[in-house]
Amino acid sequence: MFRYILRRLFYMLITLFIIATVSFFLMKMLPGSPLNAEDKLSEQQKAIVLEKYGLNDPVPVQYLKYLGGLAQGDLGISFAFDNTPVTKILVDRMGPSLQLGLQSLLIGSFLGIILGLIAAVFRNGAIDYTSTVIAVLGSSIPNFVFAGLLQYVFAVQLEWFPVALWGGFEYSILPTIALMIFPMATAARFIRTEMVEVLNSNFILTARAKGIGEAGVVFKHGLRNGLIPLITVIGPMAVSMLTGSMVIEQIFAIPGIGEQFVTSVLVNDYPTIMGTTLLFAFLFVVIILVIDLLYGLIDPRIRVSGGNS
Amino acid sequence: MKLKNWALLLAFGLLLSVLVACGGGDGGTKESSDNAEQGATGTEDTATEGENVLNFVNGDQIPSMDPSLATDEYGFQFLGATMEGLYRLGENAQPVEGIAKDHEVSEDGLTWTFTLREDAVWSNGDPVTAHDFVYAWQRAVNPETGSEYGPYMMSGVIKNATAVSTGEAPVEDLGVKADGDFTLVVELENPTAYFESLTTFGTFLPLNQKFVEEQGNKFATSSDTLLANGPYVLEDWESTSNSWNLVKNEEYWDAETVQLDKMTYEVVKKPQTGVDLYEAGTVDRAPLSSDLVDQYATHEDYTVEPQTSIFYLKMNQTRNEALANKNIRAAISRAFNKEAIVNEILNNGSLVANGIIPADFSRLPEGSPDAGKDFREVSGDLVTYDVEKAQEYWEKGLEELGTDTVELELLGDDGESAKVMGEYLANQLSTNLPGLKVTLKNVPFEQRLDLDTAMDYDLLISGWGPDFLDPYTFLNLFLTDGENNKMGYSNPEYDELINATTTELATDNVARYENFLEAEKILFEDAAIAPIYQKAVAQLQSPKVEGVIVNPFGPTYEYKWASVGSAE
Repeated sequence: MFRYILRRLFYMLITLFIIATVSFFLMKMLPGSPLNAEDKLSEQQKAIVLEKYGLNDPVPVQYLKYLGGLAQGDLGISFAFDNTPVTKILVDRMGPSLQLGLQSLLIGSFLGIILGLIAAVFRNGAIDYTSTVIAVLGSSIPNFVFAGLLQYVFAVQLEWFPVALWGGFEYSILPTIALMIFPMATAARFIRTEMVEVLNSNFILTARAKGIGEAGVVFKHGLRNGLIPLITVIGPMAVSMLTGSMVIEQIFAIPGIGEQFVTSVLVNDYPTIMGTTLLFAFLFVVIILVIDLLYGLIDPRIRVSGGNS
Repeated sequence: MKLKNWALLLAFGLLLSVLVACGGGDGGTKESSDNAEQGATGTEDTATEGENVLNFVNGDQIPSMDPSLATDEYGFQFLGATMEGLYRLGENAQPVEGIAKDHEVSEDGLTWTFTLREDAVWSNGDPVTAHDFVYAWQRAVNPETGSEYGPYMMSGVIKNATAVSTGEAPVEDLGVKADGDFTLVVELENPTAYFESLTTFGTFLPLNQKFVEEQGNKFATSSDTLLANGPYVLEDWESTSNSWNLVKNEEYWDAETVQLDKMTYEVVKKPQTGVDLYEAGTVDRAPLSSDLVDQYATHEDYTVEPQTSIFYLKMNQTRNEALANKNIRAAISRAFNKEAIVNEILNNGSLVANGIIPADFSRLPEGSPDAGKDFREVSGDLVTYDVEKAQEYWEKGLEELGTDTVELELLGDDGESAKVMGEYLANQLSTNLPGLKVTLKNVPFEQRLDLDTAMDYDLLISGWGPDFLDPYTFLNLFLTDGENNKMGYSNPEYDELINATTTELATDNVARYENFLEAEKILFEDAAIAPIYQKAVAQLQSPKVEGVIVNPFGPTYEYKWASVGSAE
């Protein structure tokens, strides 16, 4: 297991290196420059300012310099915020995104599993249909629609929660609900489908025949098998949740990372674009690793074959 | 096996708790939460007797509080509130007393001697001296600083600024010297009638050399690494902050005049969210996007604030033969309904533009026959929507070209309203001018700038906001080979009139304005450009926001004389 993890870490580094390289050259293909007053500068002035940022070097030289910095953990200085290190921007902005992402992922998946489980156990009944309708609505209606609705009803009209902005826990409730609808619906759909199949399997029949109580059958034998496909989809979903939802962050005026990424692309803030991309990539590979390890936790057969391959 | 399972579960649990800890406990979050609480309680503060607080939203973060490096609206806004240059813009954009009490101009208009007040101090207690101006201005043009606005604002104005900014002369050669602590002598390249208004601009603010050098790279990246010498101090700010406050600067030399105790700011990018916060009483002003205007136009707090940016069609005379023809250009500039654009597409109070100098921007100087009148009013409507006339010009143009069809490409950026406007213009032009086919090209703003510079377009929707209070800021755009001309327009008579305003007529403001009026007429006789609209901002603003001056350039709002009214 230890060697497996080591090997995976090595692959992670390679993946990050490739992502850094590809994004660097793609980013250089973006039109324009990071100058704000570009239309007001003479060619000579533009050259002087670009020289200061090292943007007059040939692209391969810029790339090598960037890699050199990266190797020392230096993500550079933002062009858009004077003299502000990119790491500071990322650290400041990751907090709200992570909090919202984790809250909505954990609560959403938990509720989704319960919803899917109930639907599977009472399949083809009223509860099942209700849960299916919730799941379909949840996965087909965009979360910003929910966000707007929640904001209008619970903040503007009922005044139960703050309208927007970021502060104590109460500020995170509405955006969390808006964000968790999708993981909840997805989890519910997957769990229901899987559980219906699992509950009809022979080993469940055997378990029942052995006299194990229904709760034991569903939770101990059924759910464990039903979780595997869910974990596969939750992985990528977790990344998008943790890295923030730009739209939700904008609607609730939350200073998160997703929204910062889009802004940095729009203003050609190269170091911030790279820093955010690498952070997203890092989270992605870490979560994939965690998911792979979780497979093994849920079904030891997967770990054994993974370890040997 | 079981033990290993538990170990993994434990590891996963630990990872989760670390992530949660990051989420809840980092400095940035804590800081913004503190501020959010302040913001939320701000309205209550307002109601408290004796506390004068206003709460605002800001469309974005403040990217820079360094006067030499700031280039954007928000940077200049908060620099204007926290700092003071030689003069400050008062009502009707008239420069009023700042760090300078008064000044003398030499007869040739080249040497300006400013007498500074002796009671002005920085927020660290140091006096504000002439040396602070010398240091700041030298820093702004020093190529090592990498300032974008420094060279742009000072080149051709301050003596030797161009040579210094390109590294050809040492910074000491810049035409600004301190004669003792409280006398500043500025030598100009040419007599510059609008120099007094320039001294109010962010790039010309002073800097405390000792403090700036102490802070090094950290200078102006947070409240702690900033100094104020103006009416307010910036509190709880870092360059990445989404909320901050302006608090009355008790050390300001004119603190008696300042009535507001505090202004709170929250970054809100979505207009609907701003409006919801306004309705909830959390903020006192919220800008409206065009889709919200219909809904709130009848709201009792609805206001429209005209601005001084002009948007117009640039017509490139070098890429497409048709646009080299004056009649074709004259036809295009009259063939689209501008009323419909401002009322239907923009729907935010923007005004129809029939010239290049915006309304309510510049007034004719004393001594002119029309002294005190608005430039736009005196110059009149130089090109208006008129399909009949457009078609006359069009036919004449086609005849001269010996064709009956013309194809043009209309370039614009890919913002939502820019796209709609492009479609509308293309439709209007091809409907009203038979034989004209307009194809649309919408690209990101940055690429639009590149294509503009490369003159790789036929028609281009362009905009310009003034950088100083003089018609020259607009009219120099169209000089032959000007940096911003980039459309192949050239008229020696126009060049001569505009150039004279900075040379032989530089000290005769009355004659300068006559030249400006004449030059603007020539620009439209040549049908060089087709003006579309003058921008405005629609918003909800609480009646308790009083005494705020809206500036035509520099910081959008001037809060020195602002107060909290009694209205609720």
